[in-house]
Formats: sequence, structure tokens, C-alpha cells
Amino acid sequence: MSTNESILEVTDLRTSFFTEGGEVKAVDGVTFDVPAGKTLGIVGESGSGKSITAMSILQLISHPGKIKGGEIKFRGKNLLDLSEKEMRKIRGNQISMIFQEPMTSLNPTYTVGQQIRESYKIHQGLGKKEGSKRAIEMLKLVGIPSPEKRLDQYPFELSGGMRQRVMIAMALACKPDLLIADEPTTALDVTIQAQILELIKELQDELGMSVVMITHDLGVVAETCDYVAVMYCGKVVEYADVRTLFKNPRHPYTVGLLKSLPRSDRDQEELTPIKGTVPSPDEMPVGCRFAPRCPFATNLCHEKLPSLDDVGDGEQIRCWIYTDEWNGDPGVKVYEPERTTEG
Amino acid sequence: MSQKELLKVKNLKQYFPIKGGIFGRTVNNVKAVDDISFTVNEGETVSVVGESGCGKSTTGRAILRLDNPTDGTVEFDGVNLLDLNKKEMRKMRKDMQIIFQDPYASLNPRQTVRETLREAMAIQNVVPKEERGDRIAELLETVGLQPYHADRYPHEFSGGQRQRIGIARALSVDPKLIVCDEAVSALDVSIQAQVLNLLKKFQKEMNLTYLFISHDLGVVRHISDRVIVMYLGKIVEVGDKKSIFENPQHPYTKALLSAIPVPDPDHNKDRIFLQGDVPSPIDPPTGCRFHTRCPFATERCKEETPELRSAGYMAEGHQGACHYMELIESGEHQPTRETSNVRMLDEEPEKV
Repeated sequence: MSTNESILEVTDLRTSFFTEGGEVKAVDGVTFDVPAGKTLGIVGESGSGKSITAMSILQLISHPGKIKGGEIKFRGKNLLDLSEKEMRKIRGNQISMIFQEPMTSLNPTYTVGQQIRESYKIHQGLGKKEGSKRAIEMLKLVGIPSPEKRLDQYPFELSGGMRQRVMIAMALACKPDLLIADEPTTALDVTIQAQILELIKELQDELGMSVVMITHDLGVVAETCDYVAVMYCGKVVEYADVRTLFKNPRHPYTVGLLKSLPRSDRDQEELTPIKGTVPSPDEMPVGCRFAPRCPFATNLCHEKLPSLDDVGDGEQIRCWIYTDEWNGDPGVKVYEPERTTEG
Repeated sequence: MSQKELLKVKNLKQYFPIKGGIFGRTVNNVKAVDDISFTVNEGETVSVVGESGCGKSTTGRAILRLDNPTDGTVEFDGVNLLDLNKKEMRKMRKDMQIIFQDPYASLNPRQTVRETLREAMAIQNVVPKEERGDRIAELLETVGLQPYHADRYPHEFSGGQRQRIGIARALSVDPKLIVCDEAVSALDVSIQAQVLNLLKKFQKEMNLTYLFISHDLGVVRHISDRVIVMYLGKIVEVGDKKSIFENPQHPYTKALLSAIPVPDPDHNKDRIFLQGDVPSPIDPPTGCRFHTRCPFATERCKEETPELRSAGYMAEGHQGACHYMELIESGEHQPTRETSNVRMLDEEPEKV
């Protein structure tokens, strides 16, 4: 696909939740690559399965969820073949994760220092003194003022932005190769969001890590990512480099998202929303998941699920329009950039 | 557009007391809104923007007297709402409605949609009893739901549908002003666009006036005629949409606008990184409240509180509260601190 070496290759990942109402296929055959040293954005609306995909990579899925199949190759090794003990050596060491709400993902009963030291203790066997020294270095790295003092503070004593910085310091403590950031700035104000995103970008350059950025915010994607996977109802519908995705989006869902988005950088006459709502798991369409809301859908779309196909230039699309089997209007234009007026 | 002033807020203050000590005395106040004035004309949409804790939601609540303001006047259609007793205020609320952020928390889970809408109409006594059934069906259709949805409970709806019920409830009493408090913030973009279009359509059809409270500047640019920017309980800038977005004057507005991620990978921007976090509203900074984070702050900003004012080159009605607007504009006053580094190790003010 891409000439770059991939640090993570996810193939046909399937994660389901087995509830009283039956099986809910939260992640349903997800495939994507994360090129080494780059940032992959996984974007989608609520219920698209983007967070479950992230949790599946680190195998943080608990009952009633279960990873049913697929492959998660990290530096050529399938993580799903590893034992829980081997997985623990990877979590927080080679692959780290930061979460949306730093208050609920930091332990309120331990000080900042204790929490950062923990990963040095587990992965590198460092004692308190050496651990503290490294923790102070990390806090400095993420731009926390007077780090020596912060070490003995509890999470509640910090502001939201500072807490997220502590989370990042913890996640990066062991200099991981891959950082998974699950909506890292969603709970923050925009001025703080700008600080945190810039910080992640700078640290990525310094440490040479790869990042998986999970977000619902297309602005964040455009700003931080090199490649993007757009998810809808547990499936990747479009995978492209970030410029292609925004300049020449091809999947009707991606186009719909962009047209629904109110912009702060220019005036828009009208928003064109995607009609209808995301189908509930128990009435998932048999054909293309997006067909009931797609303005271009034909019988084919309603009856048969399209596959995620290469369309050249490393781009992949899951849509009948771009296949030989397309039986609708042959001249259909999914995206017409001239329709938006620059303000 | 008519230029009738529908809502006139003057010197509004909303303090929340902090009780402490063994006698539960008021030891201090959270100055959530501290002396703000603005007007909203009939038929227009005025947005109030700002980050968490700036007082934008408190402003909306104070206007509807959901909290009782500490001081100031709120004139609606010529009547000072703060002089009214509870009963008179309730009557007044027929003309002023609110849509909340979380439609799940603001709908009674034990009432069907029909009961919710009927209750609203009964309290305000707007539609004759026997016609209410028809009106409910009509309302649901207007907001894009089906009449058969009337007998369902809130949990049976999706987030977007629930927000539509919230809108239907607000519309049911035929109001003049609707306060939309983060009304679309909890919705996914595709649904958000549906609801925004709906709000715009109703405004046109019913000559509604919106006070639109939001932190999302994309949404604000789309829906507003005028914009009020708040910071720590004060208005820092007010103006028509074009002026605020294309010619911002206050350093805070500039930083806020520059911080928004734009969905265009080619968009180049000089981002202004603000230092630290918003200070506590319990003991806000002296002088200009933004001076602790402002890249242009001087000694004067620490001591003297800037008032809202206009300058010759600014559009009519565009005002900013900064001592140095003109000098920053002309380039004579340069930043006094670094704005491009996100890892400044400066000490931030202690949190209380």
C-alpha cells in the first residue's frame, strides 16, 4: 500500500459485544496501516467503533466484549497471539494510550509522581529515587511548571489541561513506539486543545513515535494527521492521506460529513446535513451500512456490502460507485468542491 | 430587519456565594457574570461565546431568571424582569424559552412526548384544550418527527431526536426569544447540521430571536448575526459576525479564533498559544482579567480595567475591551511575551 514501513497493520479486526439482545458488532472487519513515524487519524461519529478499535489494539476489551478475529500486527508480530503476560510488557512500554477524560483515567488516590513512577518500576525496574528523577524530566518535557512540586500533588489539584499533560507524561514515560490518543482534547477548551495538540506533535517529532489519533473532529484530523481512516458503523469506509481526504473526498459519507460541518474559517450559505440517523445495531442494513442515508444509493447498495478496495495512490474506498459493478448514474459526482464559496 | 430591541441587559451581575466556616457564612463569591450589558434585537441571532467558566451559560440562565441575578436589569419587551414576582415571571416565560445542551437530562423520562408538550401548553394556556392534540402532531411534524412519536418516552429516541423534542417543547408556547444553551453541542456533526438548519428555518418563519450560547465557533459563525465574546465573566468583544471573525480586535478573541482547528490541511495559521489556564472566577485578576494570559499585557493592564469601546476603523457596533486595540492593530504595540511555544515553564497563578 504505502512504501513506508508500517509499525502497525490491522487486518479484518472484529470485536463484538455479546449482550442480552444479541451480538453487537462494534468493530466489524476493520483494516488499516499506521506508517512508522506518522499519525493516522481514525475519525467517525458516535457508535462508529473508533474507540473500540483503539481498545482492541491494546486488548483492553472486557466482558461482554470480545475480539472475535483478525490480526493486529505490531512491528510484524501479531498481538492477538500474545499471552496476557506478554501483552502487559507492551502496554505502557511500546504502545501507550491517552484517554479523553484525564480525571477519570488518573487514579485520584495516588500522587502524580507515584503514577508516573509506576511505569518506570514495572517496565524498567527503577526505584523511587531514579523514578522520580525521570518523572521530573517527563513533566518538564510536557511543559508543566515547577515539576518538582507537582510530583507530590494529586490529580484533583490540577486543571484539566495540566491533567492531560500529566497523562501524556505518563504515556510517554517509557518512550513508546506507538501512542494511541483517544479523543485527547475533546474535554478541553480550544485554547488548551491547541496547546495539547501542538505538544503531541512536537513530542512525536522528538521521540520519533507513531500516533493513532482517534477523534470526531475533522479540524483536529486536518491539523494533526498524515493519514486518515473514516469509520462508519464498525467499518472503515475510506482510507487516504490527509490532503486527498479533504481535497478530494470520495466516499459519500466522508463528503456528507464535510458538508455538514459549520466552518469557522469561512462563510457558508447553508449546511447540507446527512439525512436520517446512524442505524441501531439490531437493524443494521445488510448491504452498504450507509445506503439508507446515502443520496446515491441504488438497489445494489441496499443488497450487497461493498469491500474496501484500493483505488490507487494508497487510497482505499468501500463504495460501489468506484467499482465496475456500479449500476447507478455512470457520471455521478459525489463531491463538487466549487459548491462551497470561499469567505 | 426590524431594529426593535427585544432584550436589553444592563450591568448584569451574577455572584454565587461560597459558604464556609462553622456558621455557614458567605466567605466569598464566585463572580460568574460581572457587570455585563448588551442588547438583542427582534429577529436576530446573537451568540455568546467563550470557554468554560466564562459565564456564558450563567448569562442565559440569569436572563430567564432560572438563577436570581445579583444586580442589574434585564428588560424584555420593555419590562424589567428582575422586578417581577414568581407568578408574573412564569407568565413571561411564555415568550422566552430555553433549549438545553443535554436533551436527555432536560426531558422528564417518565413523561411521553405528548405529556411533555401538553404540559407546556397547559401551563402557558396557549392553545384551547381540544386543539392541543392537533397542535402536538403539527409541532412534531415541524421538527421532523412523526405524530406517532407522541406516545413514546424520551429513552426511545436518539440524541438528535431528543433535541428535536426539546425544540418542539420550546416552540409549543409560541415564544419570541429562545435561549439555546449549547443546544447542538452534544450532537454528531451530521445531526447537528440537521438541527441547525431547523433552527434557521424556524427563525425565518416565526421571526424568532435567538440568544445562542456556544463554545463552537464554527457553529457560531454559521448561525449568528452578532457575536459576544466573554472571558471570566466579562464581555471582551462584541460586534457583527463579520467583524468578529475577520477583524477581531481583542487579543483574547484573536487567540480563541487562532486556536480552532480548521478542516483544511493547507490552512496555514500563526497560532497564538495562550499561557496556562483560565484563572479562578472567585478571585479574578485585577485590571483586565485577561492580563495573566495576554501576550500584549503591560503594567497598565494589571491596574486599569478596560471598558468596551470602539475605534474609528472598526465597524459600527463593533467594540472591544482592550487598552491597546489601536496600537496592536497598527503594530506599534508588540507582544510582551512569547506566544509560539507550548512548553513555557512559567509559574501559573495558584488555584484556590
